[in-house]
Parts: sequence; structure tokens; C-alpha cells
Amino acid sequence: MAVDKFPVEGSHIMMFARSVGDDNQIYYDDEYAKGTEPGGVIAPPTFAQSSAQFDPDYFLRPKPGADWFGSGKEATGVKKEPSSGGGGGGGGLHAEQHFEYHRHIGPGDVLTATVKQGDGWEKEGKRSGKLIFSETITEYHDQNGELVITARGVGVRTERPVDQ
Amino acid sequence: MALSASNLNAGDTYTESLVEDLKRTQIVMYAGASGDYNPVHTDEKFTKELAGYPSVFAHGMLTMGMTGTMLTNYVGDGRLTKFGVRFTSQVWPGDSLNSTATVEDVTDGIVNLKVETTNQDGVVVLSGYAAARVD
Repeated sequence: MAVDKFPVEGSHIMMFARSVGDDNQIYYDDEYAKGTEPGGVIAPPTFAQSSAQFDPDYFLRPKPGADWFGSGKEATGVKKEPSSGGGGGGGGLHAEQHFEYHRHIGPGDVLTATVKQGDGWEKEGKRSGKLIFSETITEYHDQNGELVITARGVGVRTERPVDQ
Repeated sequence: MALSASNLNAGDTYTESLVEDLKRTQIVMYAGASGDYNPVHTDEKFTKELAGYPSVFAHGMLTMGMTGTMLTNYVGDGRLTKFGVRFTSQVWPGDSLNSTATVEDVTDGIVNLKVETTNQDGVVVLSGYAAARVD
């Protein structure tokens, strides 16, 4: 997802760290963080994924006035079946994620995310039928134009839900 | 509390419990913080009736995020240079996860780690690698 402006903020970092069950003070306590090697609050390693919050078109976020495929009165809020055909209910499943850290980001950074389509491939899966993989490479640059994080994600669409 | 190259040997391991009895509420917290509101993670009705799964399940990125906590506890804050994973099995509410980093080698001030997270049945749910600066 391309993002023009991803402002990295302290309260967002705090909430993100809480959500992954990480109570490290470096993610919310300025005074404590000053005494650490990074010298200030930094973001947890997978925080860049939350750039989705700043993508105006992100399709896995309900938007005012628009249909949403999650349940309300009915099991889905859209009239037609979700298009993916199983295996994640519209969003596919996440198969791989890779990060390279060129610098650790923190509050005050304002990032952009640019996305390049990577490879695509198919495979026959035992538990879910045909698997269609697609790769995206996301580069996060900071307010000075410096590359701070390179991320590579692989998504997969399955023919049917994964057998349990 | 960074690691020291002279104290690291191939095969050294570090293990942490990531979560005991994963709660649906924690998955909701992750949806809210990350911005990924795919209903398969929080909407039981949609997930059972339409997506075809027995219940909601965790975002792969929640498992990766929790695994990241184990890593930063081990290598120190701001020390990671790489972290990559494959999601090999779904994580469900009620699961308990353990994660282990194993030293592969130490070269030019960088430790290379193999990373694996397993559930209470010993099933590998996440498999990957990390690299970090060491002293």
C-alpha cells in the first residue's frame, strides 16, 4: 500500500506495543528511553505494518457510507459473495513478511511508503487447493528522503479455506 | 543490554513464552493498532459462516509482532538489522505460543539467528530469521 504521509507518533507506538503484549518502557516512556542506547522512544520491529492506518484506500478498513464485508444483521454486509473464494474472506492470507532496518524509527519521523510489485507464483497446496502467491516490496523513506525500512510481503490466495 | 560477540556460539538458544491462552481481545487490540480490520480476525459470524473457518484467528503479523518482542528482549533495543518470517500455520484464540532464537553464526559484529515460534501442540506457526548488531 502506497502511503504519502505516515507520521510516526508516540501514542500509536504505545498502542501497537500493547497490542503485541510488549511492555518494554522504550515504547512509551520518554524519560526511560533517554537512558537507553537508542536515546529515545523507538517503534517495535513490526510497527511499519501499521502504515495501513495512513493509506486512505486501505481495503481492510470500513469506511463511512461504504459497504463492508464483515457481519451486521447478516454474515456479510455486501450483497455478492466476497470475491476471493475462500482462504481469508476477501483479503487472502499473509504468507511471508520480511523487514530490513536501515535505521530504527521513532516519534517525529514522517515516512512515505512506496510499493513495487514483486514476483508472483503458484503452487498446489495439500490443505487448501491451488495457492496463488504475490509479492510486494515496500520502501519506507523518512522526512529527509533516507531509506529507513525495506519490507517485503508475500500474500496468498487459496482455492478454499485451509483444512484444519 | 546488547549481546557480546565473544559470548555467542552457534547453537546457543534463547526461548520465551509469547502468550498463554491467546484472547480474542488481544486480536482486537492488534486490529485496532495495526489498522488491519479483516473480519476473519475479529468477526466470528463472518468467519464461520462465510470464510469457512471454525473461529476467528490471529493476524500473522500479531504472531510476528509477539515474536519480535522475544527478539528485542534477547538482542537489545534498536539492534535488529533484519527480521523475516513465513507464516506456516494459523494461530487461534486459546493458543499458547513459545518462541526460540538459535544462533547460526556471528560475523563482522552481526549475529544471525534462526527464529521459530510453536504452539502448545508443538506445531510451528512461524519460521524465519533475524540479524542483529552485537558488541
